[in-house]
Amino acid sequence: MAEKVIEAKKKGQKKSSEDYTYVGMVFHRLTRHKLAMVGAFMLIFILLFVFVGPLVWRANPNEQIEGLEGMFNVPSRAHPMGTDDYGRDVLARMFFGGRISLFIGFISAITSTLIGALVGLVAGYYGGWADDLLMRFTDAMLSIPTFPLLIALASVLGKGVWQIILVIVIFGWMVDARLVRGLVLSLKEQEYVEAAHAIGASANRIMWRHLFPNTLAVLIVSTTIGIGGAIIYEASISFLGFGVQAPFASWGNMLQNAQQFIWNSPRLIIYPGLAIFMTVLGFNFFGDGLRDAIDPKLKL
Amino acid sequence: MDNREVLVDIKNLRTFFYTEDGVVPAVDGIDLTIHRGEVVGLVGESGCGKSVTALSILRLIPNPPGKIIGGEIFFHGQDLLKKNEEEMRMIRGDKISMIFQEPMTSLNPVYTIGDQISEAITLHQKIDGAESKKRTIEMIHLVGIPEPERRFSQYPHEMSGGMRQRVMIAMALSSNPELLISDEATTALDVTIQAQILDLMRGLQKKLGMAILIITHNLAVVAEMAETISIAYAGKIVESASAKETFKSPRHPYTYGLLQSIPKFTEKKTNEPLPAIEGMVPSPYHMPKGCRFNPRCPFATEKCREEEPEILELTPGHLVRCFYPIES
Repeated sequence: MAEKVIEAKKKGQKKSSEDYTYVGMVFHRLTRHKLAMVGAFMLIFILLFVFVGPLVWRANPNEQIEGLEGMFNVPSRAHPMGTDDYGRDVLARMFFGGRISLFIGFISAITSTLIGALVGLVAGYYGGWADDLLMRFTDAMLSIPTFPLLIALASVLGKGVWQIILVIVIFGWMVDARLVRGLVLSLKEQEYVEAAHAIGASANRIMWRHLFPNTLAVLIVSTTIGIGGAIIYEASISFLGFGVQAPFASWGNMLQNAQQFIWNSPRLIIYPGLAIFMTVLGFNFFGDGLRDAIDPKLKL
Repeated sequence: MDNREVLVDIKNLRTFFYTEDGVVPAVDGIDLTIHRGEVVGLVGESGCGKSVTALSILRLIPNPPGKIIGGEIFFHGQDLLKKNEEEMRMIRGDKISMIFQEPMTSLNPVYTIGDQISEAITLHQKIDGAESKKRTIEMIHLVGIPEPERRFSQYPHEMSGGMRQRVMIAMALSSNPELLISDEATTALDVTIQAQILDLMRGLQKKLGMAILIITHNLAVVAEMAETISIAYAGKIVESASAKETFKSPRHPYTYGLLQSIPKFTEKKTNEPLPAIEGMVPSPYHMPKGCRFNPRCPFATEKCREEEPEILELTPGHLVRCFYPIES
């Protein structure tokens, strides 16, 4: 009898959820989540575009074609997306601008998640005055109107990729801090935390080894969605002229540059705008799907 | 009476909880002695301070709201309440270990059981990875889990409650502790598994020779395991004697009531309801004056309502906190 069951399982017409490891189960559920798959395809497309594109289309993004003939070229064989006001190849600028935008998005989302996790862990674990202090600080940071200060900070710190990342991180960690604190408040009452105390584990060990991994599922989702948010931030800062500086491209400063020609050459604003839109939407769709797939209570 | 060396000596332990509604004297003057290699049962109803006593020994009372406000806990003659946090960490899991009530939630879901047992080992012993893995597999084998090598890399959700409690025992015993505290360790398990786990604990106790403090509300468990039994009521020990004597001739009315409320298979079938102790455990915010058991005690007098009795040794090794102990 038992052998038959095992045999039937080996043939594997349909796997039950118990046949999977946790990661396997999440992956399986993710592949069945339509929106997440749409998001994943959008992201794969963008990543291929940005990283494989330059290998296929070898043009220098900063090289200017001299003379009036080089400016505002419509798409052609020589320039698939045309050229901009300096006679630079727009396709090449899209590739390298995308790399910078994605780099800023990834680094600042991951960094702000880690900082948020640290603040949330300490506040949630120790409670008392540490909690009050850190959470009131978080509240205060959340109540600051972001944009004026972003611009002020950007002008103080100077203009550049790392400065933008710093600015985005300074204003990006609060939501994660609240998220992790809430989780830790409930996790620290779990018996395995008490058991860890009972085998003589230190506070640091309990926070990082026992509590932090249990918040990872939520943090991965929040980071994924955070990348989209950070790309928007980068675009906005660059659009206002405080971000990535010419001649280097980012999707944001391409938008900024294009706004003066919006009526004459609308395609200059459409390409980077569409790329940002697709990337952010892709991350949001994928993040939503990931959240559903990670939550074992949801039946998919 | 007992010639063995005293391992733990708790004197007048008082642990209070300061809540918004008032002060809860969860443990209010508990005395308890555990000898080397002795199995001691601490029995009482919910809220009588059993678990708080256990957590106080390991100094794991969550503060706030809890605080140990008085008493002494001697371990090898040294007062644990005077040790700093660092020294306590060296004792927890090494000299004194504890297993908990809920095996389903006592293991961290994101680590394999091998990882978790190894952690308990490497926290207290300076050994390398291979050595700790070897020791972990030995421990898994020792607590009677088949296929230790395969189980080593399994996650808690892949195991049953009984198996997980065995893992907890393996973790607790991995450093050869001198005292194992079992806080309702079998309560959440069904009866057959409960019997298996008790068997395992008794077997390991004989083999490794550690002392065990069994905390339970289940008299059957202590009857099976303990040499000495202390009965707690509302934060105080009301009676303490050898297991045999406790069951044969209980002297405190509360102990007597508890024993009466257990159904006996040897008695003739009657339609009489099972005797129960009248009333409820007193609210911790409003402890009764005098003897704490007086509102529920069938023998209470005016004296019981006014004065609090001291615990007295009536016969050698048999201590009772009552003005009018039941005659044996």
